Amino acid sequence: MLARVLSLFEALGARVNGMIARLGLASRFFWIMLRLSGTSFRRLPLTIREIYFAGVLSLIIIAVSALFVGMVLGLQGYDTLVRYGSADAVGTLVALSLTRELGPVVAALLFASRAGSAITAEIGLMKATEQLSAMEMMAVDPIARVVGPRFWGGVVSMPLLAALFSAIGIFGGYLVTVPLIGVDDGAFWSQMQSSVDLREDVVNGIIKSAVFGVAVTWIAVFEGYDAAPTAEGVSRATTRTVVTSSLAILALDFVLTAFMFRGA
Amino acid sequence: MPPPAPPAGNLVEIENVTFSYGGANVLDGISLTIPRGSVVAIMGGSGSGKTTLLRLIGGALRPGKGEVRAFGRSVSRARTRELYQLRRKMGMLFQFGALFTDLSAFDNVAFPMRERTDLPEALIRDLVLMKLQAVGLRGAADLMPQQLSGGMQRRVALARAIALDPALIMYDEPFTGLDPISLAVTGQLIRDLNDALDAASIVVTHDVHESLAIVDYIYFLANGRVVAQGTPDEVRASTAPFVHQFVHAESDGPVPFHYPAPDYQGALLAAR
Repeated sequence: MLARVLSLFEALGARVNGMIARLGLASRFFWIMLRLSGTSFRRLPLTIREIYFAGVLSLIIIAVSALFVGMVLGLQGYDTLVRYGSADAVGTLVALSLTRELGPVVAALLFASRAGSAITAEIGLMKATEQLSAMEMMAVDPIARVVGPRFWGGVVSMPLLAALFSAIGIFGGYLVTVPLIGVDDGAFWSQMQSSVDLREDVVNGIIKSAVFGVAVTWIAVFEGYDAAPTAEGVSRATTRTVVTSSLAILALDFVLTAFMFRGA
Repeated sequence: MPPPAPPAGNLVEIENVTFSYGGANVLDGISLTIPRGSVVAIMGGSGSGKTTLLRLIGGALRPGKGEVRAFGRSVSRARTRELYQLRRKMGMLFQFGALFTDLSAFDNVAFPMRERTDLPEALIRDLVLMKLQAVGLRGAADLMPQQLSGGMQRRVALARAIALDPALIMYDEPFTGLDPISLAVTGQLIRDLNDALDAASIVVTHDVHESLAIVDYIYFLANGRVVAQGTPDEVRASTAPFVHQFVHAESDGPVPFHYPAPDYQGALLAAR
């Protein structure tokens, strides 16, 4: 009995140890990546290509999701606010929800599953087919040539996508409440304008999305680079990227929100 | 910066190298030399540590014991920067080519030139076409790797490996999966390239007949050791049991066909 309990603790300890070791590996990888980032900026076409793949190709899913999220917010917001006779404030509700929370968070979740998984799968497959080894044998560091541009491409894309998400979402909320339900046009926009603060709401949202961008792309490139060089290994790494970065986004969001909006 | 002249004309010297992986010795005190101008084959069954040897020479792995030297400098103790300098003089052909799948055949061959030299694009274009011509694939320059057959992919990879005229070319199983015509062509290509570049070539393979036709010297590896060596003529005449089994492709001999297992009858009759 005692032996079984002990072995249970041993297994738990081994798991925790493994997780900490992996965190260490990921951190070391992060520093090496930053140190070798010169290539990403000296050779901008490499990074711009990755901005295209991670950012531009994510536009459709971001835009469509944002439109629907905004429309739902408009409907739900109106339904609740009209009970208190303040239906005009629906513009404020939609805009604050999107710029502070839903814009950065939902855009980052979508970005993780659309672009993050693609980055992991691509790097993992390059490793599995020895393309990374071949590059090393040609005296070209794959972290500088392959990983760096993908990381910076993701970091640049994420805040832009989040900002677009918020903007399109607000437009979706407008579509539902003003032309469809009949909320006053002027009240919708002027209430929004007077209550949304640039520093407090918009900039904080951008900071959030920048943090999410670093976290998601870091996880994606690390999982790809660290993947076991087999079909199964790449598939597991891709899954891990989506799961880990989704959890990271939500956890980081709580921490950032706690720092930014303390009900002051 | 010219490298110091390699001692005794050996481009690669491997001294008493031991390498373990997962507790088992993949290489067990191995020593061999690769002289300039020669094509040397390293043969052995699957899992005899041949590919590991190439990775040690390229510096992708470090030996547990012993010393690997290339161009007279230690690979096994080189720092990253030094290692990259040594690798600039090496070309390696991977077993499945390892072409960059997002680049065309042309851009694959141009890759090392663009990454490591400041040559103008017009010159790179001419050089790439010359390398592709050498492997007979100038007409396929604009095709993507997915549009090429396996043998053609490997030839493009070969053009990429020799893009910067390396002094040492390493081939990992260059003959695997080739049809008889491509096989002979590839073999001759390896020989001709080596002589044209005045390089040294290491061919890791288990294709005895193709190798005997083109190489200058052969090392046989088994269980992480060199068990036999010699020129093609010596190998053909050899009566050593291992060499005989390998050259004549006999299924039984010093190299067993079966992975070690408990008694066959016993296993079948054992109670479930």
